[in-house]
Amino acid sequence: MSSRLALSLLAVATAATVVSCGSSDTPTAAAPAASAPAASAPAETAPAAPAAAALSITDPWVKTAKEGMTAAFGTLVNNSGADITVVSGASPLSSMIELHEVVDKDGKMVMQPKQGGFVIPAGGSHELKPGGDHIMIMDAKQAVEPGAEIPFTLTLADGGTFEFTAVGKDFAGAKEDYQPGSHNG
Amino acid sequence: MADLTRRGLLAGGVVAGVAAFTPAASARTGETVVPFHGPRQAGIATEPQAHAVFVAFDLRKDTDRDALRRMMRLLTDDARRLTQGRPALADTEPELAAPAARLTVTFGFGPGLYAHAALTSPIKPLPKFTVDKLEKRWSGGDLLVQICADDPLTVSHALRMIVKDARSFATVRWTQRGFRRAAGTQPGGQTQRNVMGQMDGTANPKPGTADFDLAVWRPDHSTQLVVRRIRAELETWDAADVVAKEFTIGRRLSTGAPLTGTREQDPPDLAAKGAHGFPVISEYAHIRRAHVGDPRLRILRRPYNYDEDVTAQGHADSGLIFASYQADIERQFVPIQRQLAEADLLNEWITPIGSAVFVIPPGCDEKGWIGQEVLS
Repeated sequence: MSSRLALSLLAVATAATVVSCGSSDTPTAAAPAASAPAASAPAETAPAAPAAAALSITDPWVKTAKEGMTAAFGTLVNNSGADITVVSGASPLSSMIELHEVVDKDGKMVMQPKQGGFVIPAGGSHELKPGGDHIMIMDAKQAVEPGAEIPFTLTLADGGTFEFTAVGKDFAGAKEDYQPGSHNG
Repeated sequence: MADLTRRGLLAGGVVAGVAAFTPAASARTGETVVPFHGPRQAGIATEPQAHAVFVAFDLRKDTDRDALRRMMRLLTDDARRLTQGRPALADTEPELAAPAARLTVTFGFGPGLYAHAALTSPIKPLPKFTVDKLEKRWSGGDLLVQICADDPLTVSHALRMIVKDARSFATVRWTQRGFRRAAGTQPGGQTQRNVMGQMDGTANPKPGTADFDLAVWRPDHSTQLVVRRIRAELETWDAADVVAKEFTIGRRLSTGAPLTGTREQDPPDLAAKGAHGFPVISEYAHIRRAHVGDPRLRILRRPYNYDEDVTAQGHADSGLIFASYQADIERQFVPIQRQLAEADLLNEWITPIGSAVFVIPPGCDEKGWIGQEVLS
């Protein structure tokens, strides 16, 4: 599988990829990436931020796709006493990744970049799901195969980063119309 | 009306009371879960659930070892969640995940799967037996998933999830649905009857015994499965009288006792002679032909009945999904089947129309996946 090979190479290039076997794992916060694989991640190595250490994700998955648009989901869990804000996302899959929400626009559900990012309340969780908030991959460079393990890096408001691996999963839904927004997530 | 209700309540209370005193019966509630993780896969030593579906897949041409690894990780993840009554990842009907109703999901690898993984298959298809009238639509398969539960909706949901995650890698070759007595209608561990009215599985090794382990498990905790679809020729079976039927089987239909005994579990006396010097249990009786003394040569039968659409003429399409587990198909199953094919009187009324063989790889722990030892 050439696409998988490409992904594996990218994964190797990413210094601190969270190793996750399948979707049942709950990857916890990892050290910040030494070298960010995509443009939107911070270029400098940042010291481990308290916010990132308190963040975890349950059941991360990505909708399979041949190429182009797809999305990642899961439940972000904040184990700290302060709100955590995710301001951007990155993955070797694509250099165009946005944090999206789905809103009702004149009776039609459309998705658009979420202003201010995802806020995970103190001691709470924030679910990313089809039909709701999600991590949008705008232009996947290679196919997301079922069962593939796709690395993601989230950047938090305090500059810290959080890494996880999401599993490729065939899914018929999550086809909300895209409404390009003027503001970026 | 009030009287009837009271009586109904009373009857219900009695049933519940009995259930509370019988471990096997109390285990038959919808909330009961069968552990998924362990050295051996569940669904084999597990007391058979009421409903089952066996689904066999043909792998797609480009499903190589890497793809098989991805597939088995996904399917293992579905199984470990659903069997515990939790929704699968990205489950579109999470409400159907509970009750688990003793759901088990058991995976088997056919010879073709090993070929796709560029490995040598430890098993091969059965030799052809003279009685076989095998149909392709019930035979073969690269991957088998056996899904069993005490509730049919739970089985449907698990099947739907498994198929949705498998179909990028494989196409469905056949689906066989089967049933036993509904959960709770007879005490656990009691032998069940097949559609021909016979007690089926009396001589099975008992789970938890050394004999069971010798017959079923290999040292690496794998086992081997034969799935045969055996059509019951009910129209001609109806024409046989009780004496002929019992002579054919070698057991009483009423009690399941051997013709030489009085209770179901009495060991058959194969040497016993009747008034005219003929054996009481015929040389060609089913239980004599199938009889094996050495525990290492016995098989575990875990069969399910099937009963499909009745024809316009009113003829039944029913029989047995004969699932036989053994450590070694060649050592255990083949000699028994050869004995039966040669001269079993029952052959007159049964026809094998499907046949498939699978390796059942070992179980896995929380971090692992089924098939890891084979595909890594």
